[in-house]
Amino acid sequence: MSVLAYGVVAWLFLIGIYGVVTSRNLIHLVVCLSVAQSATDILLLEIGYRSGGHAPVFVDLPAHPGPAVDAVMQALALTDVVVGAAVTGLLLALAVQVHKRAGTLDPDKLRATRD
Amino acid sequence: MSRRARLMLFAVAAAGLAATLGAGLAGLPSFGSQISAYAQMLNRLAPQQRHVTDVVSAISFDYRGIDTLFEEFILLAAVAGISVLLRPLSDESRQLPEDKAPDRTIPPPSPAVWLLAVFLSSLLVLTGIETVTHGQLTPGGGFQGGVVLASAFYVVYLGTNYVTVERFQPAPLLEASDGVGASGYVLIGLLGLFAGASFLSNVVGLGVTGNLISGGTIPLLNLVVGVEVAGSFAILASEFLDQTAVIRTRQR
Repeated sequence: MSVLAYGVVAWLFLIGIYGVVTSRNLIHLVVCLSVAQSATDILLLEIGYRSGGHAPVFVDLPAHPGPAVDAVMQALALTDVVVGAAVTGLLLALAVQVHKRAGTLDPDKLRATRD
Repeated sequence: MSRRARLMLFAVAAAGLAATLGAGLAGLPSFGSQISAYAQMLNRLAPQQRHVTDVVSAISFDYRGIDTLFEEFILLAAVAGISVLLRPLSDESRQLPEDKAPDRTIPPPSPAVWLLAVFLSSLLVLTGIETVTHGQLTPGGGFQGGVVLASAFYVVYLGTNYVTVERFQPAPLLEASDGVGASGYVLIGLLGLFAGASFLSNVVGLGVTGNLISGGTIPLLNLVVGVEVAGSFAILASEFLDQTAVIRTRQR
């Protein structure tokens, strides 16, 4: 079970970075970065998970609710999501301006920035 | 660098990263076996100490409130950065799209679309306010509710047109709500200092656990964060919309 759970994290992170490296379109690149970033969300939630645990919301619980999962990791995942949204927005705004200046979104064709 | 060389370099780097990542992840406790002592303690103590039922909110806005302060500032800085990046540049001007065929009337949106927009946007406003105000009781809070509130503006745009949306969301109001939200967090934090405790201490009356007004400063912080996030995401949408709708290259 652990192998599957943590394997997903490694796979998502690496496939996201692979997408960034091979991307031919800046918007595709930003989406790939979001995929890599979502690996950290999943890792945080998995570290905080406890088998059979319920959400850390203590309202309307049955008589013997059992353990709750880690609320700290969920709060950190929330931070991660917000920062991720901020980064995605900034990068998309940069992509808009790159397209206006260079007329292309293909990173390989952005000659001016390379020389 | 050619694509081939880049892929080779990536393969080497990815292999190294995969090995390190694998070794690191293998060192973690097995999935679902245990949570940290800190988390167990907070799960047990937070409902009694802070009179809340949602421990995630208590951690975000109280125990680790300073983290959320910086998180809010990151969002504010990002939105300010996007506004600067997407401003009309020196060779561009703002121009509302003009009607090229004034003799033909614009067909109104179909009643179904219009009804859906009115119905859905009011539902979204209601859900957003509910999510923001119940952050201390049930899953939700300022960040999630703020995004729901901002999406109400998007729905209005889908059902009507650009000019109507501009009337619905005047830019000064959105920018003000962004700033008020961010500074409100600091001001509520200062309450703690005025009461003789430390910054961001929960010094307001805690209320009865499970009531709408409970948790002291937690619902207040949720409220200001909700205002800021709703403003931020509405600004984001209008900045990107402006790029296609009103910002044009100036004719020479």
